[in-house]
Amino acid sequence: MTQALDEIKIGGLGASRKRVEDSRFIRGKGNYTDDITLPGMLHMEILRSPLAHARIVSIDASKAWDIPGVHLVLTGEMMATRNLAWMPTLSYDTQAVLATDKVRFQGQEVACVIADDPYIAKDACELIDVEYEPLPVIVNPEQAVAGGAPVIRDDKENQHDNVIYDWEVGDAAGTERAFAQADVVSKLRLHYPRSHPSPIECCGSIADYNRATSKLTVYMTTQAPHIIRAAVALVAELPEHMIRIISPDIGGGFGNKVPVYPGYVCSILASILLERPVKWIEDKSGNLISTGFARDVYLDGEMALRGDGKILAIRMHTDADHGAFFSDAQPSKFKIGLMHSAFAAYDIPVAHLTARGTYSNKAPGGVAYRCSFRVTEAMFFQERMMQAAATDLGMDQADFRRMNFVTDDQFPHRTPFGFLTDSGQYGKCLDVGLKAVGYQDFLRQQAEAKAKGRLLGIGISTMTEPLGAGNSREYDILGIKMFDSAELKVHMTGKAIVRTGARGQGQGHETTWAQIVSHELGIPAEDIVVEEGDTDTAPFGMGTYASRSTPVAGAAVSMVSRKIRAKARKLAAHLLEVSEEDVEWELGRFYVRSAPDRGVTIQECAMAAYSNMPDGMEPGLENTAYYDPPNLTWPFAVYIVTVEVDPATGVWDVLTMVAVDDCGVRINPMIVEGQIMGGLTEAYAMASMQFITFDADGNCVGSNYLDYLLPTAWETPGFELHSEVVTPCPHHPIGAKGIGECAAVGGPAAFVNAVLNAIDGTGVRNIDMPLLPDRVWEALTYRRDVYGAPPVRTDD
Amino acid sequence: MTMVYEDHGDEAADDVPVRRIRFTVNGARKIAEVEPRLLLSHLIRRGLELTGTHMGCDTTNCGACTVLVDGRPVKSCTMLAVQADGHEITTVEGLATASELHPLQEGFTEEHGLQCGFCTPGMMMAAKALLDANPDPTEEEVRWALSGNLCRCTGYQNIVKSVLWAADKVRSSANTG
Repeated sequence: MTQALDEIKIGGLGASRKRVEDSRFIRGKGNYTDDITLPGMLHMEILRSPLAHARIVSIDASKAWDIPGVHLVLTGEMMATRNLAWMPTLSYDTQAVLATDKVRFQGQEVACVIADDPYIAKDACELIDVEYEPLPVIVNPEQAVAGGAPVIRDDKENQHDNVIYDWEVGDAAGTERAFAQADVVSKLRLHYPRSHPSPIECCGSIADYNRATSKLTVYMTTQAPHIIRAAVALVAELPEHMIRIISPDIGGGFGNKVPVYPGYVCSILASILLERPVKWIEDKSGNLISTGFARDVYLDGEMALRGDGKILAIRMHTDADHGAFFSDAQPSKFKIGLMHSAFAAYDIPVAHLTARGTYSNKAPGGVAYRCSFRVTEAMFFQERMMQAAATDLGMDQADFRRMNFVTDDQFPHRTPFGFLTDSGQYGKCLDVGLKAVGYQDFLRQQAEAKAKGRLLGIGISTMTEPLGAGNSREYDILGIKMFDSAELKVHMTGKAIVRTGARGQGQGHETTWAQIVSHELGIPAEDIVVEEGDTDTAPFGMGTYASRSTPVAGAAVSMVSRKIRAKARKLAAHLLEVSEEDVEWELGRFYVRSAPDRGVTIQECAMAAYSNMPDGMEPGLENTAYYDPPNLTWPFAVYIVTVEVDPATGVWDVLTMVAVDDCGVRINPMIVEGQIMGGLTEAYAMASMQFITFDADGNCVGSNYLDYLLPTAWETPGFELHSEVVTPCPHHPIGAKGIGECAAVGGPAAFVNAVLNAIDGTGVRNIDMPLLPDRVWEALTYRRDVYGAPPVRTDD
Repeated sequence: MTMVYEDHGDEAADDVPVRRIRFTVNGARKIAEVEPRLLLSHLIRRGLELTGTHMGCDTTNCGACTVLVDGRPVKSCTMLAVQADGHEITTVEGLATASELHPLQEGFTEEHGLQCGFCTPGMMMAAKALLDANPDPTEEEVRWALSGNLCRCTGYQNIVKSVLWAADKVRSSANTG
């Protein structure tokens, strides 16, 4: 009797398989964009604007051209003669590639130099003489819509103000009626400060236009190579089949490497003009000051409550500061992304959201940084409003959330903003979290400590979020539907290669996609190689961001494996000389139902596909699947943080950080935990120290690592992760849900709620992030809320 | 590095200063001719084509470029190549022997201490300097030793576990060796 395969041993679902990627990274043999050298390659550097808003009077690049080793100096004027000074964005706006009439944010690209060596290119940039005429600067939405505000986008024919969009969703009248019935109305104003994903590796590209073949190859830091190929075809007016985008190893993405940046476009044009490869690698200052930032949204939130704590309605108004160009990569139908996923975990009958987006003299962006298309903002606002409401009601934080949760038997559940959640065990997750943190004990300790003048605090945050954009009815980017794909080729010896339209940047796809194939076909994971990122070979996909890869590309991997298995079944029947109905499957093997010892392995079926096909069957064992997800997936999490705040300094220390994540079936538990810990660290960073702000002149504070504070191993707390609660996704082929961004989405509120809980009794309802010690000290000493980003000190 | 320029007949091209330096990298003795302003990290990545040492910032904060100079951890972006004259440099490529990975490399794989891999070489070099000086560090000592190396992916917890795993292995093979 043959031994059944052990799925964990062969590296199937649930195996904490060691990562395939590690082998090259630990040897320093990764292949990141800046590691690549092509023969004849030149180097490009960008000259950036020092001013936030100014008319360009003149640009004199003559001294730059004179430096030995300089091949080309590009300005906006030169780009304009080729219709390339402006490009379309992924949000149906336009964005300057190189400034022509004005500069609209500090750090905006004004010119670039291509030279033999990056040092020479930098030298030349310094010799470009730009004369500016300063204009009044707008640094927040309030200024953007104030009377007399200058129109930033005077390049757009029908733009007469700084408003990009006004959007709404939900039921205004119904919400109004519910508020009229409320016993208590809880209000909160919040600012989610501007932040930046700041992966360690900066953005860059090597554009290689080959005149002999008319083919453009671009190596670049992109999370979405196929989207880039389409964008380059559009912008550079080159035919799509003659463009090859290769995304090699990426040193972190977090949404920063989705947009199309001017540097990419300039390197492409330069390569076409010079007929040589042109490499552009930005420096960290360029990355922080000009590339896709995150957040910068203001909230006015109101919650209508019954006296016993039941939430009757939610009303939200958000103001989002998008910077100088509306360039977010997000589903085109939703102007403020998935902000309306807020409160999806709570059973609320009616809600209304209005959202406004405005321009400002800052770099473009907003949707980035593990945000799942603004769900970070949605869930932060949600949990801060929940905390405030419980406080206003005098209710226990955990009890208030629990009584308003959507219960297990209420699925599928339509949220008041129109989402359909399909699964979860919210109460159980809360139970696990509270037990792990020792909730009742902590409350006792807190009271005892307070009597001695010590401030302990506990903060709870929950989130469920829509991951896996998305079904073609509702989701598209620039009209392209957000499906994804997987191609699987099984070779004659039963080894395989799978390629998908996703593009990991550390999530471990080379390890996990093989595990899905292993689960479906019983081929050991080590016999399966995974490739992503080359548009010439990868099937079309929309890339990796917004935690969509496991839900969509992973589903495609499962579906294509099943197509292969269906064909293998026919081969098995042929080999076993029985009809297909008599064939059964177990992991890695087909056998005859009535004689289980008679069977063939999947490897034997593979060989037969090349050497012993039944009559009329197409040879080979290869296929492709494109997956249009029926719905998003809805992981759920509870994050609980305990802190101690020093009343003399405002410094706070994390005592415990408990995370209970229910993301359905976990392909590789080790990798899932890694994702959660990474997200929790981002959450801690945003809550404690990370932010970008601007002074009144639009000078960016936070444009380098001296000012933009990231936590190190020293500050970052330890994490206690729980995986007991598993609610499989009812529609995903392997029951998996997204997970990559959950902790960044739900985490920040847990830290903020904990600190505010510690200073409960001062009457402080809010301190906006980052909760730097001086801000906590200010709140607790003066007993007042601290609103907005930290102000920039000036000398006057 | 020695450079080839377009000759525009401009005397400025004759003025590019160059210094000759001798140093050892991963046990191999080298000679290089470099501009005085060339950063050590650029000599390593472009001159020596050892691209395992990465550059992630321009303010000496991130530590991705950490190498060992005479066994001490140095951010190679904040050292000039000319300062390496007469010194021994170790990069990530010099961690493994011909037949074996370094225990740190094994530890990072065993304990899932990396995701995108970009900070990893710098982390391992900083960790190696720690373990060479302190073979039995506490978790706190590990976190302090790595506080000059930023990571955005892992949350550091598994990095600490990786270093402690390696410390265990180094100590136990020292005991049995």
